Amino acid sequence: MTLKETPSQTAGPYVHIGCTPNVTGITSVYRADPGATMKTGPVKGREITVTGAVHDGMGQVLRDAMVEIWQADGDGLFRSAQETRGDADPNFTGWGRSAGDMDTGEFRFETVMPGAVPTADGRMQAPHITFWIVARGINTGLQTRMYFPDEAAANDADPLLARIEHRARVATLIARRDGAEAYRFDIYLQGPDETVFLDI
Amino acid sequence: MADTPRLAGYIARDAGQHPAALHPAYKTSVKRSPQAALLSFPSGPGEETGPVFGHDMLGPLDHDLIHNFAADGRSAIGPRIVVQGRVIDQSGRPVPGALLEVWQANAGGRYRHKKEGYLAPLDPDFGGCGRVITDAEGRYEFRTVQPGPYPWPNGVNDWRPAHIHFSVFGAGFAQRLITQMYFEGDPLIWRCPIVGAIADPEAVRRLIAPLDMDRSLPMDARAYSFDIVLRGRRQTLFENRMEGL
Ligand SMILES: [Fe+2]
Repeated sequence: MTLKETPSQTAGPYVHIGCTPNVTGITSVYRADPGATMKTGPVKGREITVTGAVHDGMGQVLRDAMVEIWQADGDGLFRSAQETRGDADPNFTGWGRSAGDMDTGEFRFETVMPGAVPTADGRMQAPHITFWIVARGINTGLQTRMYFPDEAAANDADPLLARIEHRARVATLIARRDGAEAYRFDIYLQGPDETVFLDI
Repeated sequence: MADTPRLAGYIARDAGQHPAALHPAYKTSVKRSPQAALLSFPSGPGEETGPVFGHDMLGPLDHDLIHNFAADGRSAIGPRIVVQGRVIDQSGRPVPGALLEVWQANAGGRYRHKKEGYLAPLDPDFGGCGRVITDAEGRYEFRTVQPGPYPWPNGVNDWRPAHIHFSVFGAGFAQRLITQMYFEGDPLIWRCPIVGAIADPEAVRRLIAPLDMDRSLPMDARAYSFDIVLRGRRQTLFENRMEGL
């Protein structure tokens, strides 16, 4: 018998108390906020920075969101007990969490360029980073992916991007270059540029 | 070659068991809810793996909100409770090693947060965050004080039922979940627009923790039980059929 999943509820305006307490000034409980550092030593591959913000349907930036990313290492392997394809870079966690800047709402991740990862049935996907966004007013966490603007050929062959019916929306999943080894990814909850969110 | 049962992709989320993205009675959802359909895609390695959290990340008081912010020799004010339960997946299998992060208001309904303006006082001995990692059977337990209900700016007189927020990591990132636990018997549950975003009352009931006297600690704390079900994976038929079967 298949049980029913526990329902989601909004993370609310105080998600940072539980997930990044040090950012909120609760500094005596946890040594460090989980996910604040993705690199724990010298990492394999290209080191990159990813910044961005989450925008509501009125074009305003959310200042109470929490954004998490999950990605493969430079060789396309995940640092996870469930990874069956090989041993990932021991100095790279693959998981980052950002409370966003309390004034500007901008998130920032110091990470590495992910290697390509296949689908479950063995088709190669373009390099990408999984994003998960929660905030007040978001009743179930939103999952999406960031792809890279300098991987056009791989993006053209990517099986998930190929499933997007309205082709103009593919662009909502592609970051833009923002300087050397830096990318910017803006997430739009609504409006003409609404980001493609995933049921995956 | 032996028959090998194999885990396939994650079972798709049942939207009917979750809150609607757009629930106008919860006003903030109006401009923060995506309007296009979600893009469905089978899970793969990126969703079936997830970050690893070891017990070594936990401090000795991480699971004790009564004491983890309190000055030496002091404790948080409010009704003392134990919250405990199991994390399992949709197949009923325990999820060991799951990180649960919890946060809540104090016994007066006040959060320790600079954007919070409710007139109920802060408790100098209560921070409001804690965390725990499930054991081999998927069990967890933490201690805290029962949070108070609090008013919030939505309608002119909306009050949140008493609740504890939970953030949960399973084995795969596809299982990532944030939810809220409510307390048996709270009349505010059925008046709350955030709860009301879930259309199915049976689904709401799975967020309501019953009082569990058998697990209560006499002369110390009452207990509430809250089991969490994360997404499960489909199981494929046996991959390698033996000859003659
Ligand atoms: Fe709350």
